[in-house]
Amino acid sequence: MIYVYAATIAVVAGAGIYMILAQNIIRIILGIALLAAAANLLIFLSGRLGAVSPPIIQQGSEVLASYAANPLPQALVLTAIVIGFALTAFAIALAVKAYKSLGTLDTSQMRDAETTGSPFAAKPAQE
Amino acid sequence: MTETTYNLLVLAFPVLVPLTLAALTAILWRNVQTQRIVSIVGLSVIAGCSILLTMAVLRYDILAVEFGSWAVPFGISFVADRFAAALVMITGILAFCVGIFSLRDMRQIHLRAGFYPLFFGMIAGINGAFLTGDLFNLYVWFEVMLITSLGLLVIGRTKAQIDGAIKYALLNLIGTVFFLMAIGLLYGAAGTLAFADLARVLPTLDPTPGLVGAAILFLCAFGIKAGVFPLFFWLPASYHTAPFTISAIFAGLLTKVGVYAAFRVFTLLFTVEESGIREIVAVVAALTMITGVFGATIQWNIRRILSFHIISQIGYILMGLAIATPLAIAGAVFYIVHHIIVKANLFLLAGAIRQASGTDDLKKSGGLLKSHPWLAVLFLIPALSLAGLPPLSGFWAKFLVVDASFKGDMAWLAAVALFTGLLTLYSMTKIWIEAFWKAPGTKRARTRQVPVVMVAPIAALGAVTLSIGFFAEPFVQFAETASITLTQPDVYIAAFFGEETQIGKAVLERIEP
Repeated sequence: MIYVYAATIAVVAGAGIYMILAQNIIRIILGIALLAAAANLLIFLSGRLGAVSPPIIQQGSEVLASYAANPLPQALVLTAIVIGFALTAFAIALAVKAYKSLGTLDTSQMRDAETTGSPFAAKPAQE
Repeated sequence: MTETTYNLLVLAFPVLVPLTLAALTAILWRNVQTQRIVSIVGLSVIAGCSILLTMAVLRYDILAVEFGSWAVPFGISFVADRFAAALVMITGILAFCVGIFSLRDMRQIHLRAGFYPLFFGMIAGINGAFLTGDLFNLYVWFEVMLITSLGLLVIGRTKAQIDGAIKYALLNLIGTVFFLMAIGLLYGAAGTLAFADLARVLPTLDPTPGLVGAAILFLCAFGIKAGVFPLFFWLPASYHTAPFTISAIFAGLLTKVGVYAAFRVFTLLFTVEESGIREIVAVVAALTMITGVFGATIQWNIRRILSFHIISQIGYILMGLAIATPLAIAGAVFYIVHHIIVKANLFLLAGAIRQASGTDDLKKSGGLLKSHPWLAVLFLIPALSLAGLPPLSGFWAKFLVVDASFKGDMAWLAAVALFTGLLTLYSMTKIWIEAFWKAPGTKRARTRQVPVVMVAPIAALGAVTLSIGFFAEPFVQFAETASITLTQPDVYIAAFFGEETQIGKAVLERIEP
């Protein structure tokens, strides 16, 4: 099972990287979201798979049973999902704003910051 | 108040105070004038807290606190050794100076868009990253810093800012995903994420592909944050678009947090020697210096020149990590402190030049030497310090790393560093000639005044540079002691797992230079 899981992470990460290579901002953002999902799956994998019961100490026992799940990766993944969600939301909002004010989503046509003070700028740049 | 409580407070305050101020200024959203008063008072409190922290660290050498008494590795901890404390102190002082500068530089539109809450949020993130003793917590502070800095970058909502912010956002997001993946791999190999525990566990493990992968991913993630070759492209694409206040604080602090994280991870957890990345780091450092300084030579916008110089200076700091002798690490610590002050000061000066001449395009400016002679003097201090001319702070910083590279059998790196210094001087001379010396393109009826609130912080930071330069000895000694806690992980471990588990009691006898 662990090989299937690892292969899944590889496929998700590969798809993410492929999309990051695009020129369209929306595709790049989706690619980063996929890559972040792969990272979350990786953290989950690093906490070992195969647990069959929740991480609760049984009555009368002092330690977790060996077949209990590892709670820490779940806490980490939860935090990472929340943070990733916030950043993706911000990136999408930024892309919308960029489309409205720059008129394009193509990264190769976004030159407004580049032309400011560039020695090769055709027209004098404005702030 | 017992000593333990005092230590806890003094460690937590550099993060808690900015967070409180962010909340306060957010409550006062509509009342911009009150926000200003609150922030100036708050910034002086932050500076005071960071000085108290440094004093406490000087007494105990290393301070550690476990929140909620959850012992490491189960709970989140804050640690301050000399390196972290020095950076927190510099952050406090710099934030205060930049805050004064912002009184004039930030316009109503920026203040109404939430400049102060974002600014304090970023300070909290920076201080949290410096102080945390846990790798995942470091990731969280990185994200706090990233999201607030993104807000600050697009605060004016101009086309150039949005364009710059997109490049900044996308590349840094990829960096944080790499960071997260590295954390996952490291947790899988070591089963813990607290620095002190990792430093105990990792030396006992055999190098597996997972561990090596984690080390390389950490290097890439912090490399993107720090702006090293070939991962720096977001930096010169975005820094020159923000308002001057914001680009000054970015230039001073943000890349240095990446550098700090790299130093923490590659001294405490992995060592550059054993993980076999010494050559990689050395070559990357050399290429970072060279590409940064070459990039700067063709630019004509003051802030773009300075942005490229951030990159080349990061190369000098990485030199210290590549050589990794105690002397080299000490040089790098000294270099970071010197560079934060000087670079932020140069960005503030770019703002003053813009105010005085009405443009930040060097082709159009000129004549400031006659109209603003004191501004020219204030420019020369950080500019010559950046280029490394004696007796300014940059000379001692460069001297330490170059000296270390000769002693560490890396003379070629020293040659690259000296050549880069020469080209840095060229760039600074270019700004000097174009902005101050040459006759102005268009005659003005009357000179534009630069207000006192802009000059005072520049003068204060210049005074810091001068005092580091003239009284270098105590600073070098401080850096040397700081390098010992970095190169000997057992001091750091003893703060948690020594006899005194709550507070790292003085481990003075171990710190014998």
